[in-house]
Amino acid sequence: MVHALTALLLAQLAGEALARAAGLPLPGPVLGLAILIAAFAAFPRLAAAVQPAAQTILAHLSLLFVPAATGVVGHLDRLGAEALPILAAILVSTVLAIAVGALVFAAVARATGNRDA
Amino acid sequence: MRDFTEIWSYLAQTPLLWLTATLAAYALGDAAFHAVGRRPWANPVAIAAGLLAVVLWATATPYDAFFEGAQFVHFLLGPATVALAVPLWQQRATLRRVALPMVAALLAGSATAVLSALALAAALGASPATLAALAPKSATAPVALGIAERLGGSPTLTAVLVILTGITGAVVATPLLNALRLRDWRARGFAVGCAAHGIGTARAFQVHQTAGAFAGIGMALNAVLTALLAPLALGLFR
Repeated sequence: MVHALTALLLAQLAGEALARAAGLPLPGPVLGLAILIAAFAAFPRLAAAVQPAAQTILAHLSLLFVPAATGVVGHLDRLGAEALPILAAILVSTVLAIAVGALVFAAVARATGNRDA
Repeated sequence: MRDFTEIWSYLAQTPLLWLTATLAAYALGDAAFHAVGRRPWANPVAIAAGLLAVVLWATATPYDAFFEGAQFVHFLLGPATVALAVPLWQQRATLRRVALPMVAALLAGSATAVLSALALAAALGASPATLAALAPKSATAPVALGIAERLGGSPTLTAVLVILTGITGAVVATPLLNALRLRDWRARGFAVGCAAHGIGTARAFQVHQTAGAFAGIGMALNAVLTALLAPLALGLFR
């Protein structure tokens, strides 16, 4: 568990350092994700070592959003004043994105003879 | 027995009180979610945040004081993003096998989510700060908050929009995809994970195992792509 957490934090730290040093537009943890995948490819045994800690964190992913979501208290004015653009944008874009994504996936799978197994 | 207000003012100054409140509120939200048969509209995060908002208001506690305690939970968003490497690595064989449909659906779905949201919100008069918070709303929360920070948007507003997006996707996915007569569980799950991140993925797992697995892949891939796409798309609208 300690080794796994250290690996996760090291990857995040490397990602943050790389993002700052190279001025990349990606958040540090996303670069950390890429760095950890590269590390798995280089050292396949690392994946099994990190897995239990990663699964524990990901199983409680929802809990981690609560502090930021409680920040709704600071945005009630904005959410009230801009309710129409915000709710319309979220509803329409989510419906469109699901429909487009699923239709494109199914069409390309059919075109390349890739069947649902 | 000491005065209650004296004890309260002591506890309110330590991180312990609001850290405990955060976990307790989430436990209550999760219990409510299971009590109604895990309906997507009864989202545990929305319930927990609502409860905490009421408690903060009733006790006249500023958000910053609350965050002193809650930050220990918030901090784990970074390692959680890194941890998404594990499911992606485990699914690498699937990723290779279905690479073409996935890449095409990822590009189309991710671009649709970001561009249509920004275009519609801008047309209806949303402020630049709202647009910056809206751009990453289809990415999973830890990544979306990081993107919003970089774009000059408010991370807390983004968190609210991310959760609203997730709930919307989880509620509309099944009727929408049935109306489109799509029966490929891979396509259905992948699109929902791309558009509605972890909340959509949890919903997909309720409907079908294959859909859930592909939703998880869609969520992780879209987190990376949105980090690249959101800054470019936002540049078009401000």
